[in-house]
Amino acid sequence: MTAAAHPLPRTAGRTAPGRPATADGTPDFSVRSLWKVFGHRPDRIPGDRSLDGLTGPEVLARTGCLPAVRDMSFDVARGEVFVVMGLSGSGKSTLVRCLTRLVEPTAGRVLLEGQDLTALPPARLRDVRRNRISMVFQHFGLLPHRTVLNNVGYGLQVRGVGRAERNRRAAEVVDLVGLSGYEQRFPDQLSGGMQQRVGLARALAGDPDVLVFDEPFSALDPLIRRDMQAEVIRLHRDMGKTMLFITHDLSEALRLGDRILIMRHGELVQIGTGDELVGAPADDYVADFVADVPRADVLTLRWIARPDDPPDAAGAATLPADTVVRAAIPVVSGSAGPVRVVDGTGTDQRTLGWVGRDDVLALVAGAGRPPHRRRADAGDAATATESAAIEPAAATGAPA
Amino acid sequence: MTAPAQAAQVGELPATTAAVARDRTRRRRLPAAGTTLLALLALWLLARLLLGGRWTLPLAAADLTPLQLRLNDLNDWVSGHRNTSPLFLYFFNEIRLAVDTVGTAFTQVLSRTDVGLGIPEIGWLGTTVLVTALAYAVGNVRVAVLTLAVFCCFVLQGLWADAMDTFALVLASVLFALAIGLPLGIWSGTSRRVHRILTPVLDFMQILPSFAYLAPLVLIFLIGPASAIIATVVFAAPPVIRLTAHGLQQVPAVTREAADSLGVTGWQRLRTVLLPMARRTVVIGINQTFMAALSMVTIASLIGAPGLGLTVAQALQSLDVGTAFNAGVAIVLMAIAFDRVATAAGERTETALRSGRSRRRARRIAVAAALLVAVLAVYLSRTYLWAAEPPTGWPDLGRLLTDVGDTVSGWLQAHLSTVTGGLKDAVTYGVLNPLEALLTGSPFWVTGIVVTVVAWLAGRWRTALTAVLCLAAIVWLGVWQDAMATLAATLLATVAVVVLGVVVGVWMGRSRMADRIIRPVLDAAQTMPAFVYLVPFLALFDASRFTAIVAAVVYAAPAAIKIVADGIAQVPAATVEAATAFGSTRWQVVTRVQLPMSARSLALATNQGLIYALSMVVIGGMVGAGALGYDVVAGLSQDQLFGKGLAAGLTLVALGIVLDRITQAAAGRSGRRPGAARPRARSTAPALPAAGG
Ligand SMILES: Nc1ncnc2c1ncn2[C@@H]1O[C@H](COP(=O)(O)OP(=O)(O)OP(=O)(O)O)[C@@H](O)[C@H]1O
Ligand SMILES: [Mg+2]
Repeated sequence: MTAAAHPLPRTAGRTAPGRPATADGTPDFSVRSLWKVFGHRPDRIPGDRSLDGLTGPEVLARTGCLPAVRDMSFDVARGEVFVVMGLSGSGKSTLVRCLTRLVEPTAGRVLLEGQDLTALPPARLRDVRRNRISMVFQHFGLLPHRTVLNNVGYGLQVRGVGRAERNRRAAEVVDLVGLSGYEQRFPDQLSGGMQQRVGLARALAGDPDVLVFDEPFSALDPLIRRDMQAEVIRLHRDMGKTMLFITHDLSEALRLGDRILIMRHGELVQIGTGDELVGAPADDYVADFVADVPRADVLTLRWIARPDDPPDAAGAATLPADTVVRAAIPVVSGSAGPVRVVDGTGTDQRTLGWVGRDDVLALVAGAGRPPHRRRADAGDAATATESAAIEPAAATGAPA
Repeated sequence: MTAPAQAAQVGELPATTAAVARDRTRRRRLPAAGTTLLALLALWLLARLLLGGRWTLPLAAADLTPLQLRLNDLNDWVSGHRNTSPLFLYFFNEIRLAVDTVGTAFTQVLSRTDVGLGIPEIGWLGTTVLVTALAYAVGNVRVAVLTLAVFCCFVLQGLWADAMDTFALVLASVLFALAIGLPLGIWSGTSRRVHRILTPVLDFMQILPSFAYLAPLVLIFLIGPASAIIATVVFAAPPVIRLTAHGLQQVPAVTREAADSLGVTGWQRLRTVLLPMARRTVVIGINQTFMAALSMVTIASLIGAPGLGLTVAQALQSLDVGTAFNAGVAIVLMAIAFDRVATAAGERTETALRSGRSRRRARRIAVAAALLVAVLAVYLSRTYLWAAEPPTGWPDLGRLLTDVGDTVSGWLQAHLSTVTGGLKDAVTYGVLNPLEALLTGSPFWVTGIVVTVVAWLAGRWRTALTAVLCLAAIVWLGVWQDAMATLAATLLATVAVVVLGVVVGVWMGRSRMADRIIRPVLDAAQTMPAFVYLVPFLALFDASRFTAIVAAVVYAAPAAIKIVADGIAQVPAATVEAATAFGSTRWQVVTRVQLPMSARSLALATNQGLIYALSMVVIGGMVGAGALGYDVVAGLSQDQLFGKGLAAGLTLVALGIVLDRITQAAAGRSGRRPGAARPRARSTAPALPAAGG
């Protein structure tokens, strides 16, 4: 278990414009003390307490085994877009492959709506892969000898869906991802972006509950990448599927993710919303990760509001606490005194604090990092550890 | 550019630096090995002078050692108990009968039946049209026309019956080879453990000279079509096993994983992902199996396979160049037809997918029509005599070819004998005789020590131990002198092969133009059955050891040349440019950069040269090269020499292992270079055509 303290997962979705509050709070799947160790006799590593303080590479040097995923535990809510980030080699791909056991985990459990996937016999596991969880891969993994239509319908064929029904459904999905007219092409006749649309369509064709993306857009050029990101956002808005998204592009993570998990050497470092990572990085690793983010675009007024009452509060403008700082600039700079920051609506509305012109300017100018834990409402919640969020039974029930 | 390709490019720089650094250390080590070898040679010559003629283990042609006599007894025992011993009764005989049944079925359909006029089930017209239609179905119009022409040629040559015998045996053998090879290849391609077990077995089978397993097969399965087919299956199955496994393994992990993530079962993965994506490689494997089968069926004429091979063998033994030439041409034509049809079939696997629906429909109709015509032709040849027997009134191309062969050979011997004879004598007296005298005249233990030390230099204790064991086996088997004579011829041929390989290989590796022109010739040469290589050199040089050596050189050179050319071409262009920028001359670039950096390829070329040359030198025993090859042939034809022939066959195995292990170890020693792509030794026989070719 990581030593760092993590803020509690926030249960309310980020209210970006045009996006519904998706997560309803019930975990869709949960990962409990998951380990994946590569090397000879890997099962001796998870239980070995003497390795606790060491990083992954140190464990490799000491034992010859590489813990690619180390004691990971987290929940993903239904309808949430959950992003996993980390440097190359930090174990992101291994982690998501452990979910459907494309890579067999060494220890720990993966629960999909309470069902333990790690204990499923092969036939049931295939059912889960066919109907519940679909993946999109960085290098597409399309079948070169099949047309676009047949690639998209492949998952249905594997399930035993008849040809006519399969083609009808595949054609629908091909249309959904904007590839109509290309049904009879072969993958090598398509551009990279189009190939990834096929990959996306293939994953969607089976109408899974969960979509897993392993760096789907890293191989694409920036313009096409933005297109595809917009596509994913649109699909999420329309279908509301749970998505697990891997990337090492922070702007992509911030654009797509309700919550972001940061990994290092196979270990969980921090889970939080974008503004939590930027406003309250758990350690220097995370702080470095988010160092280049324009803070005013990510942080909300909540992060810079001062609780102390200003001298002349009367007649001050009012802004919701979830307003992004950049969006608040016209109002703040247009009003004479500080602006009141409020949380909630109607009768529940309460004043969180006040934001003045200087506060906004200091943030925009990037003068120093905002002091840790200054989020106005974060108080005690932010100091709760991640392990507290996991019920003890699950934590102790995991195989050693 | 794809990401892996980029990664490979980025990865090359450090690899190059490492290679250059290693070159420096090697140059410091090289003189050490060189001096040891020279000192070894000097000591050997000294020992030969001082101890010459003693402990040489001679054995006269008609003599047998006690062990060989015991092998004779074994043969007698087997003959006596073939129908009583349960092992034979319920196992070997069953296999023989089953194989015989299938072989006979093919022969009866294509070549002859035992009843009435002996006319086959499908006569001349039916066979020709059916084969042409099939060539069209799996290939295209071009190869169909080629097939038609080739089958008509058999008639013109007067070799229809022989050709059909060979064809039937090849088909039967390929059927067995594929029935065994495809499942094994699939298994090996999907299971890492099976692959690990199977690879050394296939490696071992591939170093066996084709003559080595004739005698053991005859011991168990008697002389006859069954032995011939089994020998052919053993020889022809490895390529399809290897290439099928290779094709499955090269399916990218990403694709596999993507399919798995959709919940495929093992069977679905194989059927819808692995096999379709491996199809082209598998077809190449089938092609190579056809080629190997044709090559072996001709050699199997020594153990009772009828057909073109038998005609060539008999003509070779009676030095009838004309007849051998005529039949040799027929074999070559058959090889060309197989190769072209299989290659076209391989290309079809791609184009068929891509062609539009209407074109696919049109083709399907055309194929159906062609097959309909074939059925009609089959019906005709089962009904009318004129369609069953090959037409007689056609021009006699066979006579012509025989005359040409005889005339050319006669003319060569009359007018060129000063040149060819001079060359032959120069090599024989100048190099071959002294070398053979050194090997056969030294005490066996001196030669044994020399070989062991060389083995130790190449691969330290493991290789040295292998060498000691194999040499001990050769001494024990009692044909030491013949083994040394064969070794002398093999070594001489290999030296020539390596020289040819380096000269032509460097040329091809440096010039794309040369590569484009020469490579197809080499590819074609590699599809030729081993037997036919003897024919032209018999015409040139008469029956002698030298004839076998020249045939061996020509037979082994294509593989060696290709390996060297690929090795040279793989030296990164950046390194060559750097060397040129430092002002190196072209000679310096070749000798200081390109050759040292392809040291592993050179070692592998030597390895392949040795294995191929050994195989061919032994076959040369039929045209006066004597030694082990002669022992094998004599053992097959004379009962009282059977034990000696079997011993010679086993000696070949031991010899092959020693030569292979030493050169493989040397290749491994020179090849531990990070990053550099490793040329595969084994899959180079008619090598995979590059994706673009
Ligand atoms: N099959 C394997 N055998 C041994 N080690 C492996 C295997 N697969 C991955 N690893 C190691 O596990 C670690 C994590 O790999 P992983 O592919 O999960 O990283 P990643 O975070 O996805 O990196 P990237 O961003 O480059 O894709 C790496 O150090 C890698 O070398
Ligand atoms: Mg990855």
